[in-house]
Amino acid sequence: MRRLPLLSTVVAALSGGLALYLLFFQIPGLAGLRSYLLQSAASLAALALIVGIIHLLTVHLDKLIAGEERAVYSGVLVFALLLTFLLAFAFGPNFSYSYGSDATDRIEPANWLFQYVQTPIEISLMALLSISLLYAAGRLLRRRVNTFSVVFLISVVIALLGSSLVATGGFAGLSDAVATVSQWVARVPAVAGARGIILGVALGTIATGLRIIMGSDRPYGG
Amino acid sequence: MNLPVGDELTALVFIVIFLSFIIVFTIYERVRSGGRNLRDIPAFNALIRAIGLSVEDGTRLHVSLGSSDMAGEGSGAGLAALTILERVARTASVSDTPPVVTSGEGVLAVLSRQALSGAFRAVEASEQFDPNQGRMTGATPFSYAAGAMPVIFDEQVSTNILVGNFGPEIALITEAADRSGGFTLAGTDNTPAQAVLYAAAQEPLIGEELYAGGAYLRAGNAHTASLRVQDIFRWLIIAFIIGGGVLRFIQGVAP
Repeated sequence: MRRLPLLSTVVAALSGGLALYLLFFQIPGLAGLRSYLLQSAASLAALALIVGIIHLLTVHLDKLIAGEERAVYSGVLVFALLLTFLLAFAFGPNFSYSYGSDATDRIEPANWLFQYVQTPIEISLMALLSISLLYAAGRLLRRRVNTFSVVFLISVVIALLGSSLVATGGFAGLSDAVATVSQWVARVPAVAGARGIILGVALGTIATGLRIIMGSDRPYGG
Repeated sequence: MNLPVGDELTALVFIVIFLSFIIVFTIYERVRSGGRNLRDIPAFNALIRAIGLSVEDGTRLHVSLGSSDMAGEGSGAGLAALTILERVARTASVSDTPPVVTSGEGVLAVLSRQALSGAFRAVEASEQFDPNQGRMTGATPFSYAAGAMPVIFDEQVSTNILVGNFGPEIALITEAADRSGGFTLAGTDNTPAQAVLYAAAQEPLIGEELYAGGAYLRAGNAHTASLRVQDIFRWLIIAFIIGGGVLRFIQGVAP
């Protein structure tokens, strides 16, 4: 049993190290190895997605069987998942059903589900998100009273005013001034801050990758 | 064999120096084996307190790993999140209610179960491991967030650790955590989502702080060493940027 973690560490370190090496050095005969490794990762990711969905289904089936408090939502999930699976798997994702003589009297069940069920639900969640964000911004000063929070909120107000006044065309003189300040905030301090954050993220990503290649970090449970 | 030139050569030199520094500092940390002298990150101090409280009162930890594309660019954040998960799971394994992990990507879900299993094995409590503790709650960002919210309400969660690659939809999870009265630490590699987290999370991790989790949760000398190397390189890059700006200015002013 102890050999398995060692093997996974060796495989991870070798695959990572080889992919990195082949990124910089083109060796005849090994030209396709890097893309093979990356394609294998993509195939495994697709397999893992199927495993994840099957697991999601079993978790909610367990909840349904156990009759938990909010099992009805699990029921909706199981029903929707099985229906989508049946429609897409049995008939194919592009299957269309004709219910009339006209060319427009056709329905594509799998696409219909995405267009009229999933997309509206996700758009509703996005709308809910805007309310959540506004509420969170309002609560910020209660949670953390410091200079950065005040600067954050002022920037948010300027950006919101800038976009809303320009969009509505109200308060002619004021909207120009606010729009100028808003654009400056978006172009200068916001971009500078974002670049600083991206720099830190890039260094962190490099460090994480190198630790895994070194075998000193085994977040895959090795 | 074709040798790298131009930008590729620069990147190679950068990586080789970075790696050499990590190795040197790892050896230094091992030899020194003393205090870590890391700069204070309040979010991690608060997290350690929250884990302790959660273990004491028998409530659950919820670790949400985001929806990183593990075969793509977001894998760094995902791997950093898995390291945090592994450390947190070890600490919380003594609790009556083991942690629950949610994710929005298949590979992350599989790896989260592996990390949990490894953590329980490390503290010789393998019998406590339940595969249902690590689950994928949705395949799209919003379905993942919608699936993670009931976990917070239904499973006695008192501490939420949201680390990995998230979009703005993370605000829905932090909102649920707030409504349940729990503690929330959150960090992501996505810049718009970082702005969201600054407003919405109790303890946000800014920028590279997400990748510092291993060092602050004592995952090993390599984590502390790489954190020091990141700090050194960051200061070097800042010096280069400022130096370049000053040189440009001088060139512009000079007759």
